Amino acid sequence: MRNPPSLLSLAIDSAVPNLPNFDDLSPLPDHVLVDLFLRTLRAGKLTEKILNLFVATGKEEVLTLIRSLNIRRVITPVLPTTTIKDNEVDIVIGALRSDLTSFLNGWRSVFSQFHLIIVKDPDLKEELKIPDGFNLTVYTKTDIDQIVGSTALSFSGYSCRYFGFLVSKRKYIISIDDDCFPAKDNKGIFVDAMAQHIENLTTPATPFFFNTLYDPYREGADFVRGYPFSLRNGVDCALSCGLWLNLADLDAPTQALKPGLRNNHYVDAVLTVPRTTLMPVSGINIAFDREALGPALFPALKLAGEGKVRWETMEDIWCGMCVKVVCDHLGLGVKSGIPYVWRKDRGNAVESLKKEWEGVKLMEEIVPFFQSLSLSRTAATAEECVVEMATTVKQHLGTAHPVFGRAADSMVEWVRVWKAVGSKSS
Amino acid sequence: MANPSSSVPATPVLKDELDIVIPTIRNLDFLEQWRPFFQPYHLIIIQDGDPTKTINVPEGFDYELYNRNDINRILGPKASCISFKDSACRCFGYMVSKKKYIYTIDDDCFVAKDPSGKEINALQQHIKNLLSPSSPYFFNTLYDPYREGTDFVRGYPFSLRGGAPTAVSHGLWLNIPDYDAPTQLVKPLERNTRYVDAVLTIPKGTLFPMCGMNLAFNRELIGPAMYFGLMGDGQPIGRYDDMWAGWCTKVICDHLGLGVKTGLPYIWHSKASNPFVNLRKEYKGIFWQEELIPFFQSVSLPKDCTSVQQCYIEISKQVKAKLGKVDDYFNKLADAMVTWIEAWDELNPSSSATVHNGAAK
Repeated sequence: MRNPPSLLSLAIDSAVPNLPNFDDLSPLPDHVLVDLFLRTLRAGKLTEKILNLFVATGKEEVLTLIRSLNIRRVITPVLPTTTIKDNEVDIVIGALRSDLTSFLNGWRSVFSQFHLIIVKDPDLKEELKIPDGFNLTVYTKTDIDQIVGSTALSFSGYSCRYFGFLVSKRKYIISIDDDCFPAKDNKGIFVDAMAQHIENLTTPATPFFFNTLYDPYREGADFVRGYPFSLRNGVDCALSCGLWLNLADLDAPTQALKPGLRNNHYVDAVLTVPRTTLMPVSGINIAFDREALGPALFPALKLAGEGKVRWETMEDIWCGMCVKVVCDHLGLGVKSGIPYVWRKDRGNAVESLKKEWEGVKLMEEIVPFFQSLSLSRTAATAEECVVEMATTVKQHLGTAHPVFGRAADSMVEWVRVWKAVGSKSS
Repeated sequence: MANPSSSVPATPVLKDELDIVIPTIRNLDFLEQWRPFFQPYHLIIIQDGDPTKTINVPEGFDYELYNRNDINRILGPKASCISFKDSACRCFGYMVSKKKYIYTIDDDCFVAKDPSGKEINALQQHIKNLLSPSSPYFFNTLYDPYREGTDFVRGYPFSLRGGAPTAVSHGLWLNIPDYDAPTQLVKPLERNTRYVDAVLTIPKGTLFPMCGMNLAFNRELIGPAMYFGLMGDGQPIGRYDDMWAGWCTKVICDHLGLGVKTGLPYIWHSKASNPFVNLRKEYKGIFWQEELIPFFQSVSLPKDCTSVQQCYIEISKQVKAKLGKVDDYFNKLADAMVTWIEAWDELNPSSSATVHNGAAK
């Protein structure tokens, strides 16, 4: 049962569509002005000119409302996925298999608009087989030796990708393992993983407060009630961690115990991993802002029995812990979730179990260490963060396990190489 | 490790261990649609507003109903801590319940369908969430590792795979999303149509906006923290009841080593409240939450607070000390928080000595 409209409310209603004809609203009483503003908003008629009209009144209540609603003059639209800045992206593929035909053909429709950097695992003997029609640059062991020069760093196995990160000249890097293919979403449509990674990186992250509807910048979502307005601008997203259907990135013991377990769960969400929360960053399907993170992704932790399947490595997990600490420290965001890639069945979990046990044990030391790690205020760039972390790793973890001491040395060496080679490219 | 994948274990019904708390001022017709899922359970209905009005409860439900007169009679002077003319009054239901678990739902929330068209038994999903551990200390990129068909990912330390006991299960909403008034004004037509098939633990140290529309919790683990504050009639603020409870609850859960999950299940939220009315209720809250968030982010509870009640009283002291200067409302709220705990302990005498199993952090 509604009250009949008052003369005042009728007047305000008829004013809303005629606002462009006014050039001064200051004679209006404060409460009428606020009502008029809210109704203009509701009618979707707040243009820049009309906003200026309200602001020009100088009335405190209206100005406060404008501030609290975070209405700004220049509205930067979220980029639609069709206008990806192709020339700002490099796709880096570490080739651990020589025949990349089915892999590249599988991704052709999505990769062909981008520049690809393919880095051949220095341990791989066979020639790479690459189909035509791609814009790519291939690097082999010879190139690595020539460009990096004499170094203790190892680019063998999965670590070969880091060389690609080093020589890239682009702002964004997307890196996918060579045994992954495009996945289908819940509607059966192939997912453009490149577009989604770029979307993740070019929309803000929200690390300071959790949004229960996940990424508020996605189409059809927003911040929920109770989300502080001052935190709704978010921060730049520097790292986008995608997921995997079919063969998920489980560790060897888990996969060995459940040999039939495959991931069929397409979870249609991406969310910001909150500040101070650590996570295992898998290198299988990631993208990052090279300009912002620079040398913060590196080949450092090499297991004694490191192999050519992910079950036999920890290098990306180690790197991911460092990167999250760096991002938290520098006020950058990390997102996790879509896009999914479809990961082929490969390898033998039970076999890998024998090798990867070392990595599993190391995590017990790694996690408490990083949870208590904090960087000094003076570390203002990714480079400085990495160098400082390396020192702390050496002091606190290096004494217990030589593998950490070597990791610390690699981190320092990586920064040196980055300064010599990598930063020249940007 | 998580459950073996060979067979899907049946979810216990818990019909004698769970109460469903529903605040209402209109009618309970919505229960008809929920009948197949709710009928086995005992309902606690909190009638807000005019106590002389009769609320119709559909036939066949086992329930107890409390109106304002009952609340005044049972709590006496302590009834002042229970809000009037606001759904925040529902927390009275938590206090009088004798069960281990509570599920609370709004009377404009209906059964939702999953993408395959199947009706979602929200209560069953909440029970699954509450009966399996949470993982607040390290983020699992495949979300809840205890769900069927998923597990912990590579790099997740084994020592953390036991997880923490789950105290809260926060469900979501399809159709009308839980937006604040300004967002509702700017996007009046937006509907949540995205079904995100995940449950995840909100990490330790991270706050979130807890919505009371579709919420379940372990009353024995966290009940006294679920005070929904002073809202509605005679109060300067509304629509922050669940938010307040959520921030206090999360701080206490983090301190006591308990987990909070969010995500599934979805319900179908049918009614969009009037955004102008909402704006008037939320107006102060929009400004105050800018102070409240830093406050809760920096609350630290001493090690000797080992029970929920002790933690809650400690928070009320800090509210008085630090938020009293934001507005006198917080002085009243701090007092009401103490009254709430006193009332809780009076109505639940055995739990006043409850000390949580885990060590306080």
